[in-house]
Amino acid sequence: MSTSPTPTQSSSLNREVLRKADRRERLSLEALLLPGIALLACAILLPIGVMLYLSFVGEDGSFSFENYARLWTTPVYGEVFNITFRISLLTTIMVAAIGYPLAFILAHLPERLQNWALLFVLLPFWTPVLVRTYAWLVLLQDHGLINNGLIGLGLIKEPLELSHNVTGAIIGMVQIMLPFLVLPLFSSMKAIDQNLIAAASNLGATPARAFRDVFFPLSLPGFLAGILMVFVLCLGFYVTPAVLGGGRVIMAAMRIDATARLYTNWGAASSLGIVLLVITILLILVATYVGRRAGQGMFR
Amino acid sequence: MKWLLQPASMTQVTHLQRLWLYIITIFAIAFLVAPTLIVIPMSFSGSEFLEFPPKHFSLRWYESYFTSPAWMRATLISVNVAILSMLSATIIGTAAAYALWVGRIRFKTALWGLFALPIAIPVILLAVGSLFVFARLSLVNTTLGLTLMHTAIALPFVMIVMTSGFASYDMNQEQAARSLGATRLYAFITVTLPQIRFSIVSAMLFSFFSSFDEVVVAMFISTGSGATLNRKMFNSLRDQVDPTIAAISTCLVTVSILLIVIGQLSRSRAPR
Repeated sequence: MSTSPTPTQSSSLNREVLRKADRRERLSLEALLLPGIALLACAILLPIGVMLYLSFVGEDGSFSFENYARLWTTPVYGEVFNITFRISLLTTIMVAAIGYPLAFILAHLPERLQNWALLFVLLPFWTPVLVRTYAWLVLLQDHGLINNGLIGLGLIKEPLELSHNVTGAIIGMVQIMLPFLVLPLFSSMKAIDQNLIAAASNLGATPARAFRDVFFPLSLPGFLAGILMVFVLCLGFYVTPAVLGGGRVIMAAMRIDATARLYTNWGAASSLGIVLLVITILLILVATYVGRRAGQGMFR
Repeated sequence: MKWLLQPASMTQVTHLQRLWLYIITIFAIAFLVAPTLIVIPMSFSGSEFLEFPPKHFSLRWYESYFTSPAWMRATLISVNVAILSMLSATIIGTAAAYALWVGRIRFKTALWGLFALPIAIPVILLAVGSLFVFARLSLVNTTLGLTLMHTAIALPFVMIVMTSGFASYDMNQEQAARSLGATRLYAFITVTLPQIRFSIVSAMLFSFFSSFDEVVVAMFISTGSGATLNRKMFNSLRDQVDPTIAAISTCLVTVSILLIVIGQLSRSRAPR
């Protein structure tokens, strides 16, 4: 260290130091991710990995596709997926039909009223799912508030069968799913530039036409992403259809439970689960893609 | 009535023309809040049967809840697991969200995909898979097992909340503190943390509630004396509907309303 380094040497030394500091910085940040990765590895990847493995183990313990083949050939499983899809679709249609007008009006309310109205959408969101399911059980029973109300009004003579069947399951699911559509749809509607609607109207469009040709197309990507998400969440639904369906509505999640715990057929349960997972992830990828297009907007 | 004929928007559509939309909205909101609010009067009913409106006023279901050792034990287990999951999910999730937000991390997209997995996977799969794995590790019916699963399930929510918290905060402030000699941890705790505290509060509320509300995984990996409140409620809903559940539900709804109020307060005070 008797001679001072030449300028080129010092800059390369400097570069070396900077590179090391950069590396240290990156490693220390990556270390912050480790607890999360370790947790997900234990609690998510390991159980799912084990199920994936079990789904390919045949009865004799060797590798086989028999679990998946059985899903294809046994009518019971086809029926389960059929029912799951139909209930999810019906629920999603109802959620869309109620959710769109609700989000629309919420987005157009004056701010003060809007905050209050949003609280009413948030309240069910923060009410435990079991509490709401229980409340529906009481409201929908033969002599519950709804049936007694309708009889009292003279609209019906005999109580309607609203619970312990598909109707009950769908009513409960729609109520639980509604905020999942309304909250994101509300914020995407708030992001629509109101001047565009004013411009349409200025150019002679009727209110209906301004909505149909300007507002609705702008809200469509957010709407589609939202309903896809609702549909996906419905596919895996367990608690509400199990209680309100009264054991008569068997959706995929209940079938997986029964196959695993009642019949202790882990291979069959796993293959059912993996099929459900693959469908779910594909639909989520579609929803993400649609949602990302929503982010870009049409006029930007 | 004059109000009905006034324009409701820039398209000059009148409130009268939108009346049908207002009616749908009112019905939708009633539909949304009815189940939450109906349990409150029900819980004060003196009758053995579920009836609405209740004919006699009584506190017997509250008594039967608060004096039942089984219900109390289940409540304690749920609260315990929810607090542990809240703490671990908030800490782990904040650390991960911080690293992904500030750093030039390798495989960033893949990592985001990994951290979003718990939302994407139907919870029934996690339940069956974790039962199979935990049975072999003697983790069934343990606080550790439940906390592990509930923390993982809450992690994506914490990360979403924290990322939007970081996005609304100027990271250069932390850089400034570090360039003045503070270590990263010290800079984070003294400079960043106080400014993102509202996001931390929401992340904690979310993760607490997500654990407390979780039924399916708890149904599989907690049984008998180790059952959570939700699991016990689910069982009694399926077997015979016990009005004690109305009393428990009212307590839970009260807690939910408190959580919303805390959330709203912390948001309205949050710097914009």
